[in-house]
Amino acid sequence: MDNSQNIIARSATTTAPPQVRGHVEEVAKLIDVSKCIGCKACQVACMEWNDLRDDVGECHGTYDNPTDLTANSWTVMRFSEYESQEGNLEWLIRKDGCMHCAEPGCLTACPAPGAIVQYANGIVDFDSNHCIGCGYCITGCPFDIPRISPKDQKSYKCTLCSDRVNAGMEPACVKTCPTNCIEFGTKTDMLARAEKRVGDLKELGFRDAGVYDPAGVGGTHVMYVLHHANDPNRYAGLPKDPRISPLVGAWKGATKPFMSAIIGITAFAGVIHYMTKGPKEEPEEDPRGYDDTPPESLGYDATWQPPRHAPDGDNSAGGRPPGENR
Amino acid sequence: MKMPRDRLIRYSPLDRANHWTMAMVFVLLALSGLAFFHPAFFFLSHTLGGPVWARILHPFLGVALVLLFYAMAVRHVRRNLLGENDVQWMRQIDDVLDNRDEKLPPIGKYNPGQKLVYWALVVSIALLLISGVIMWRPWFAGFFPIPLIRFASLLHAVSAFVAIVTIVVHVYAAIWVKGSIRAMTRGWVTRAWARHHHGLWAREQEEAQRRERQP
Repeated sequence: MDNSQNIIARSATTTAPPQVRGHVEEVAKLIDVSKCIGCKACQVACMEWNDLRDDVGECHGTYDNPTDLTANSWTVMRFSEYESQEGNLEWLIRKDGCMHCAEPGCLTACPAPGAIVQYANGIVDFDSNHCIGCGYCITGCPFDIPRISPKDQKSYKCTLCSDRVNAGMEPACVKTCPTNCIEFGTKTDMLARAEKRVGDLKELGFRDAGVYDPAGVGGTHVMYVLHHANDPNRYAGLPKDPRISPLVGAWKGATKPFMSAIIGITAFAGVIHYMTKGPKEEPEEDPRGYDDTPPESLGYDATWQPPRHAPDGDNSAGGRPPGENR
Repeated sequence: MKMPRDRLIRYSPLDRANHWTMAMVFVLLALSGLAFFHPAFFFLSHTLGGPVWARILHPFLGVALVLLFYAMAVRHVRRNLLGENDVQWMRQIDDVLDNRDEKLPPIGKYNPGQKLVYWALVVSIALLLISGVIMWRPWFAGFFPIPLIRFASLLHAVSAFVAIVTIVVHVYAAIWVKGSIRAMTRGWVTRAWARHHHGLWAREQEEAQRRERQP
């Protein structure tokens, strides 16, 4: 966590976070998928800047290496082979990682105060020092991004190099990209840049080219230029219309204050009932006596017989002393 | 155990030990669970030694509760089925709440309110177990698809809500009905108490004793 005074959202916090230094422009990273050559320099730069070293994995017969995001691999290139109806093979390479949603599902779901913060510039950052390892961020994320480290049980993901950005630098992946496929700037500039690239792609014949800045999560601070924006799913399952799941919304939304209130009201109703109606006092000792009293005088039908084989053994004293039945 | 003539045994030592172990486990579970449910309750995570320890211990306590609860519950199923006079008792819930006990029909070992508590917990604890295992990190959650974990998380919260409200009602009922806390701490109730609150059960117990004395 690199700036504690421009926070616009803070996990599990119901009061305003510190944001006096919030007069900053929203930033964005633009990934032009059409220019990516899959060299993975961004993955290396990410590891180097963030001091991450993943375990050596296994080859699964694809170029994906590592094959998935991990607590030590905050970005991975995902390679998809797509065969169009005309029989053209397209090799689609998408740099996967945190999208830095304007409405972050991870932050909504997180129960640990301050473990996830959103800065005024739009970056969603994990303050892993406050992480409790519950995995709710994974449950909340519409993009399946956060990963919990098996070593320390803390959740990790791309920080958009918040430390570099805070010092006025661009993220490490942007700096290293050899084709300028990854660019970084204000969100306004990046959207303008994206529109230009979409125009170029359309001129080249990609009629469905477009910007991926999904409105379902309020837009993102990592955006893609896609040659097939009509079908983002083609790019290793990029969701077409990502949004925080309604289940997460219900779990972390209305149910929280509603159910909390009902619990409190129930307890309060008990207090009021006791004060107005009073307790059921211990009944007076029966003046008619007990064991030696003839059954007829007990006030109930003494001809009643318990079942011959009482199912739960309550009536079959079975050698136990009288009254020992539960 | 020698029991004075004016008393009846209501809960065996094993039942009482089980009950109070469960009570302690349930309170710890509820406090640590509420801590993750709403930020207003986050401070309660310190009852288990801080939020990380609460996250680690909560599921294990949950398994302990499940074992303790169902070991008890299976032995009491029949006593908690709808019985004689139960429907009539429920119709007169106004008389119950207004303490007009003399108007109520005699009922068995457990009244319909207690039976409702029993079944609410039988169902909610089962749902808590299933949904809890699906959410349990780092051990099990990784085996389940994320949409299922989302559903389990919501189900866990709702089931826990049902269980907590049920226990609040249960605790209040114990405070309300004098003599019932002693029944669960010492094991016995007075015959007068049994006849007053659980007439059918009192008759059954007294009949059983009478038959034993006069074989």
